[in-house]
Amino acid sequence: MSLFKLNCKLTFFKLRPPARSYGSDVKKTRLHEFHVRHGGKMVPFAGYMMPVKYADSIASSHLHTRRQCSLFDVSHMLQTKIRGRHREQFMERICVTDIQNMGTGKSALSLFIDDRTGGILDDLIITKTDGDFLYMVTNAGCKEQDTRMLTEQLSIFKSSGHEASLEFLDSDEQSLLALQGPSSAAVLQSFVDGSTHLSTLYFMDSITATVCGVPDCRVTRCGYTGEDGFEISVPSDRVEAIAESFVAQDDVKLAGLGARDTLRLEAGMCLHGSDISAETTPVEAALMWTISRKRRDERRFPGATVILKQLSDGAQRKRVGLVQKAHGAPVRGGAVLFDVANGEKIGSVTSGCPSPTLSQNIAMGYVDSKFAKNGTEIQTEVRGQKIPMVVTKMPFVKPNYYSKPKK
Amino acid sequence: MIRIIKVTNRIWGNVNNAQRLSASVLRFSTSVVKDRYYTDKHEWIDVKDNIGTIGISDYAQDALGDVVYAELPSVGTEVKIKDECGALESVKAASELYSPASGKVVEINSQVETRPALINQSCYENGWLFKLELSSMEEISKLMNEDQYAEFIKQDHN
Repeated sequence: MSLFKLNCKLTFFKLRPPARSYGSDVKKTRLHEFHVRHGGKMVPFAGYMMPVKYADSIASSHLHTRRQCSLFDVSHMLQTKIRGRHREQFMERICVTDIQNMGTGKSALSLFIDDRTGGILDDLIITKTDGDFLYMVTNAGCKEQDTRMLTEQLSIFKSSGHEASLEFLDSDEQSLLALQGPSSAAVLQSFVDGSTHLSTLYFMDSITATVCGVPDCRVTRCGYTGEDGFEISVPSDRVEAIAESFVAQDDVKLAGLGARDTLRLEAGMCLHGSDISAETTPVEAALMWTISRKRRDERRFPGATVILKQLSDGAQRKRVGLVQKAHGAPVRGGAVLFDVANGEKIGSVTSGCPSPTLSQNIAMGYVDSKFAKNGTEIQTEVRGQKIPMVVTKMPFVKPNYYSKPKK
Repeated sequence: MIRIIKVTNRIWGNVNNAQRLSASVLRFSTSVVKDRYYTDKHEWIDVKDNIGTIGISDYAQDALGDVVYAELPSVGTEVKIKDECGALESVKAASELYSPASGKVVEINSQVETRPALINQSCYENGWLFKLELSSMEEISKLMNEDQYAEFIKQDHN
């Protein structure tokens, strides 16, 4: 949270220093030269120089992802393998997912929870692979605190006679690409080996495949855009060749952090540090669906005491979607939300942007639970002007996932 | 103009890179307008008689990205130099407008209110923002000229 607050205060043009003065603190992904060559506008983000956009504007890159397909470099995120006989028990101590009952080859959105406060330390995708390990992808911005927490927890776990180990994959060794959009399956299918059939790989399924001749790439049908798509983990010494093969396709364009942010907001997905943090619980954040019935009944997931009490008592505040009905200044994170009737403060916005798909301004934020019902009219303020907003169901844009047909 | 006042999240950092910069500087050198002056907030003011036309620089529009909403001062408003007098919103961020000089707002470009993209497409011509009846020519003489501004951008980001 503190990192977020700090960055919020930094001004756009005065932000210093540029790349070279960051010295050893700011890393480059193995695609850095590739991004620059393709016109990427590089900015420091979560310890890496990352492309915020390429030649196309954020809005057109966003729309291209919704209509065709975009390639994102997400190698700044932390990939980790968890091994050992008790790896599932170990992960269940720190995240909310029912890993023991997950199917092999399945992935899930999960949360690291502070056991004492019930606050969300990070959100992540965890995969139960068909190998002898769990695979997870956690946020770049939480890398330091996550590795510290995981290492500490592991040593406690092992001291009670359990077996587990952690392998943090360095971005110099292992890269991560996200291919997102309605034509991503057709594009990827043309680059995988003949024995890989993406038509039977459904949303949140994960396999290994040979991609562009590179064996053992991990392909997970997931993403951060609300579109069909894949996250592909590949060895860093081959990532550039693979990325070049993808972008050589007519349908595929590169997209940066800018479009990634507007796409995920339209999809109603949280950005840790903005929309969720150690200060918010899964009840407040409307993320209780990540905690299965079984784990709730056992009352043994991290933060269970606080979270289950809050669930039965009712949370004071709730994360909601908001839309501005009228054309006007878009509301941004940090804006205050008011009760229309008496002008009292009832919450605040955590993310907001003009939605390129809907051509209206959208936002998410936290409001007093009394105001969390869909259709509730509330107010915000932008530069002294009151702006009406309506609490709206998320996602704002209908997701386009490739889900297994229901029998 | 132009300080981003609200940032949507942790993503936004320094948008500068060397290539972009040299491209902007190159453009400046080929379109020198002698009586256009610049502020350190990346706004320009073009003075004819005692009327100043105000807009944002190419560097600023590029850094801001697609402008989706322009909030301009009302005609008749008296502004002082460096007063906050409006804002531009892009997909990624909001930035305030600061008046580059003191005076009275005599005209606004209502076209950019309905078509904010004009600011990106034509920041020095069709994308101008508002006109001021200037109360002090002395203020103008303290602003940067074309060459000084090009140098300012270079220094500001090296």
